[in-house]
Amino acid sequence: MSKLYSGAEIVFKCLEDQDVEFIFGYPGGAVLPIYDELKNHSSIKHILVRHEQGAGHAAEGYARSSGKPGVVLVTSGPGATNVVTALTDAYMDSVPLVCISGQVPTHLIGTDAFQECDTTGITRPCTKHNWLVKDIKELSKTLHEAFRVATTGRPGPVLVDIPKDIQFAKIKYTKPKKEKKSNGKLHNNFSQDEINELVDLIAKAKKPVVYTGGGVINSGPEASDSLREFVRMIGFPITSTLQGLGAFPGDDSQFIGMLGMHGTYEANNAMHDCDLLINIGARFDDRITGKIDEFSPKSKKVHIDIDPSSINKIIKVDLAIVGDVNEVLKAAIKTISQKKNGFKNSNKQNVSKWWEKIEKWREKDSLGFINSKETIKPQHAVQRLYELTKNQDTFITTEVGQHQMWAAQHYKFDKPNRWMTSGGLGTMGYGLPAAVGVQIAHPDKLVIDIAGEASVLMTMQEMSTAVQYNLPIKIFVLNNKYMGMVRQWQELLHEKNYSESYSEALPDFVKLAEAYGCKGIKANNPDELDLKINEMLEHKGPVIFDCRVDPNENCFPMIPSGKPHNQMILGPNDKKDNKITGKGKALV
Amino acid sequence: MSNPKSAYNIPTKKSKSGTHIIVVWVDNEAGVLARVVGLFSGRGYNIESLAVAEVDAMKNISRITIVTTGTPQVIDQIKLQLKKLVPVHKVADFKREDKNVIFKEMALLKVVGNRSKIDKCLKACKTFNPVILDKTKKSVVIQITALRREIDKMNKKLKSNGLVSTSRTGAIAMTRGSEIFK
Repeated sequence: MSKLYSGAEIVFKCLEDQDVEFIFGYPGGAVLPIYDELKNHSSIKHILVRHEQGAGHAAEGYARSSGKPGVVLVTSGPGATNVVTALTDAYMDSVPLVCISGQVPTHLIGTDAFQECDTTGITRPCTKHNWLVKDIKELSKTLHEAFRVATTGRPGPVLVDIPKDIQFAKIKYTKPKKEKKSNGKLHNNFSQDEINELVDLIAKAKKPVVYTGGGVINSGPEASDSLREFVRMIGFPITSTLQGLGAFPGDDSQFIGMLGMHGTYEANNAMHDCDLLINIGARFDDRITGKIDEFSPKSKKVHIDIDPSSINKIIKVDLAIVGDVNEVLKAAIKTISQKKNGFKNSNKQNVSKWWEKIEKWREKDSLGFINSKETIKPQHAVQRLYELTKNQDTFITTEVGQHQMWAAQHYKFDKPNRWMTSGGLGTMGYGLPAAVGVQIAHPDKLVIDIAGEASVLMTMQEMSTAVQYNLPIKIFVLNNKYMGMVRQWQELLHEKNYSESYSEALPDFVKLAEAYGCKGIKANNPDELDLKINEMLEHKGPVIFDCRVDPNENCFPMIPSGKPHNQMILGPNDKKDNKITGKGKALV
Repeated sequence: MSNPKSAYNIPTKKSKSGTHIIVVWVDNEAGVLARVVGLFSGRGYNIESLAVAEVDAMKNISRITIVTTGTPQVIDQIKLQLKKLVPVHKVADFKREDKNVIFKEMALLKVVGNRSKIDKCLKACKTFNPVILDKTKKSVVIQITALRREIDKMNKKLKSNGLVSTSRTGAIAMTRGSEIFK
């Protein structure tokens, strides 16, 4: 007779079998049996956050930077509802999370019991799948299935809701069975014909562009290697979405910058004028496409994605290849080497005129800004931060807003999994807890949250977590006293009516840092910036860096709403557009 | 320039909508209908009618039949999104015009009135396989099976002849011939 285990023990048995090292969580009534069991499992470390949303984002940061699923443990009711934002965020950005939530005992479900909520009902639209475990016999099977669903195909969050009586109930534990066929949810059955068609299109293209996204990152570090080999082989210009940054080196001459609403002039014009567009693991998001009807009007479009529902969702494509990015790229590379003799020089001659055109666009220097000797320009601050940290393996997280776009534009990533940002959902308050998770996964690496002062206050309490676990995260706050992106839109679209976008009563961030028991640094002018940044980098513990930047700076270039890629507004350096920027509304 | 202050793109082209019947085979488990219906409401798809029941008690499989309208792109999305749901086994899609598929709905009609009114109603229902399920001196409950628009028509037509209450199912579908959908 094999040993009987309680539901709580089975939870840990499953986590151990899934090689989980860290759980991000917050205790409460309905998960106490699981928390009680924690002490018996030394291979699993629990990270106590200060708010369940923080647990979710920390797990996202952990997952995105390590490639392993993030595990969250919360209680019923408010514990579960607080984690909803993070689950939705993970769902939008395809981050694998397994959230375990406590639930009131089964006999109390439906009675409006204390801290009861319909967790599976609430989280149904923001998870890949969720389960309410009503029978102890189902528990281990469900938990293993949860990890499988979260990590296979297009990754995403899942939730397992475990009532308290199930955590106490006893049963035998069965180890997970080896991968059985997974109900047709895995899609990696592209054909060689499709690859041949892709290679033919590549061979014929005169004005091609490669457009990559987060799918390359999710496909694993090997996918980035394959991408680099593939792109160098074909000699095409490559642009990336926000989530895809780092898959291809940001300082490589073939990389033409991020595309989309705040993308570079050359990337967006290349998208508009190209005759072949190869989308690798991106989803034609509305921040990327601009006006759909005029999106890349002259191109043949290829879409490589693991999720069949991404194909033709927004943009009709001519060739769809459903599969894992790395597998598809490896097949393409093999075919090119065999059939086209590696393209050698022929392909590069085909596109040389196109490159000349791109170089012309590059000369616009669309990321340029007018620097100042008196005030710190936020772009300058990000550039300095990049220059002073690029010699070490640095992980960057961000909040959401202007600072996020500046970070994406001016910080150059040369490796995947180094850039953690909330793209799809645009969650202010993501960066600080995400940095906590990243530092947990990479204790010896430099982790910086490039933040805005408004965003970072949304999850500021997680500084306490950083201090408790000695996580030397650096919170680099570009403080302009405004919700900058809101202010920018109000300036451009709402006649400078800055309705509620100014923060009247900001805390003193240096004192705030000290109150949390970490270091606070303030930089007021460009002269002291480098010195202060170095002071931050040299400090062994967590730091909040209050970087006072020009409050009136706008994030350019920008594609105004409802406009196609070739109608961008450039920054104040560009005289022609300077005239228009004065008139806000006339722009769009 | 349709909406200068919008942060989002407003489409200017619209393609034609068509009516489709989507059949979904799912594991019959708690919340599965909520998942399917929630996908429709959450993504702004339309449900004209819905029919669902378990069809295989051994394998625990339910068959959901949904009548929906949408552009070809939307219909494709509906199918692909449904296929992503974990408890969904397979998804079939039929156009309403498809001659190789049988579509049927059932309706129960309660008619209250004198003999002649009731007889008129029964006569009108003649082509729709009428079955009298209940009969009293001044009322009758008639079961008919027909297409949606036919039932719509009867519903309208019989009002003046004493139709007081209608209960109807969503459409169900089956392919003609020996083929089955795999």
